[in-house]
Amino acid sequence: MDYNWDWSVLFCTVEDAAIGCAQPFFYWILSGFGWTIAVAAAAWVIAFSLGSLIGIFRTLDNPILNGIGTGYVTIFRNVPLLVQMFLWFFVFPELLPEEAGTWVKRGLPIPEFWTAVLCLGTYTASRVGEQVRAGIQSITQGQRYAAMAMGLRPAQVYRYVLLPVSYRIIIPPMTSEFLGIFKNSSLALTIGVLELTAQTRQIEEYTFQGFEAFTAATLLYILVTAIVMAIMRVVEGRVAIPGMISLGAK
Amino acid sequence: MSDFDFNIIIESIPFLLEGMGLTLLLTFFAIVGGLALGVVLALCRLSPYGWLSFAAATYVNFFRSMPLILIIFWFYFLVPFILGRPVGGFYSVLIAFVMFEAAYYCEIMRAGIQSVRTGQVYAGQALGLTYKQNMQFVVLPQAFRAMMPILLTQAIILFQDTSLVYVVGLRDFLVAADIVANRDNRLMEMYLTVALVYFVLCLMGQLCINKLQKKYPSGR
Repeated sequence: MDYNWDWSVLFCTVEDAAIGCAQPFFYWILSGFGWTIAVAAAAWVIAFSLGSLIGIFRTLDNPILNGIGTGYVTIFRNVPLLVQMFLWFFVFPELLPEEAGTWVKRGLPIPEFWTAVLCLGTYTASRVGEQVRAGIQSITQGQRYAAMAMGLRPAQVYRYVLLPVSYRIIIPPMTSEFLGIFKNSSLALTIGVLELTAQTRQIEEYTFQGFEAFTAATLLYILVTAIVMAIMRVVEGRVAIPGMISLGAK
Repeated sequence: MSDFDFNIIIESIPFLLEGMGLTLLLTFFAIVGGLALGVVLALCRLSPYGWLSFAAATYVNFFRSMPLILIIFWFYFLVPFILGRPVGGFYSVLIAFVMFEAAYYCEIMRAGIQSVRTGQVYAGQALGLTYKQNMQFVVLPQAFRAMMPILLTQAIILFQDTSLVYVVGLRDFLVAADIVANRDNRLMEMYLTVALVYFVLCLMGQLCINKLQKKYPSGR
């Protein structure tokens, strides 16, 4: 166990040969962290909106929409995320019509980033959909009937009665899903997005001082997780519906 | 799509099967190891000793807030370093998976044990059962039924997660397909095959779990 810890690796900001570093590794970690946040945030937009739609579909009586929802969840949950990443990146552009495929490969700025966002978003949407469905189904049928009896159209029943309640119930599992997307964003490194984990790997290759970089990344991941959990706990307390128990975080 | 080449898939079946062998081996040992460590962690977590329960909780929260890829990197470099000699990627990655899965298994088992109503525990105590008897005959059988489907689902997730060994180049199912895909420039054929195989296996696993759940309902 004689590892030479050299924390100065993490603080290299300029080309400073005196402390033995040739690259601004500090900025590498910072920029990696930025990309991690960017991928996670952008993918969450897709995951939340598409996931809500899928979840609603699965609670409808319409067999076609219900089937679409079920099919979506089945497909996206039973293929490993990494394989999905490769399919989106390497196979998807080939399946598009010629021009669209060329645009995705050549015209689109930072294609790795957008592919990662699309992949993580659509994958997490299947998980969010399950949470939304569970939330809606946990509301007693009486509420739905009451809303219908008041003359609301089906869309209004969801908009004004079912969704506002279910979103508040499912805050803990949705927080887990968001943290899941945040952690899974590390898979973007396999298609060349230089996010946090990729940058630490790169620092390891440049300096052979990998443990310092891994430690920094670990602390950043834990920090964000802790902050998100703390914020969501406050939010959960604020919007809690009196007399209703939220679905346990899982 | 027109030049989709099925021959390349058929030709590479033996090579892919070798990769699948490693995937299944890794999954199996990670489940066994993860369950063993997970039981210990869950018992620690539920123990009346504050420091023990705190230590287990810290372990679980630590591993649950890190991406699996980063944990694989950590152990891939850490294990040979601690042992002072190269041990091969497989063992390093296996240890990473065991440590990571244990955190999730611990939470599942804790939830399962806590889902047994306290009335049951009191009833056992009133009958004069010792702590061990109470656990063995009253609490654990019920907890086991409640957590069985979730444990099995977690095993499927683990099966999918083993594909992440790609980042350290261990030759599992996905990497084997990847090698063929890049060698013969047949990305579409190979990746679609991989996706389909994973899909069928995971779906069959999930259907079995559903069936099992119907046959042995948790009775709550």
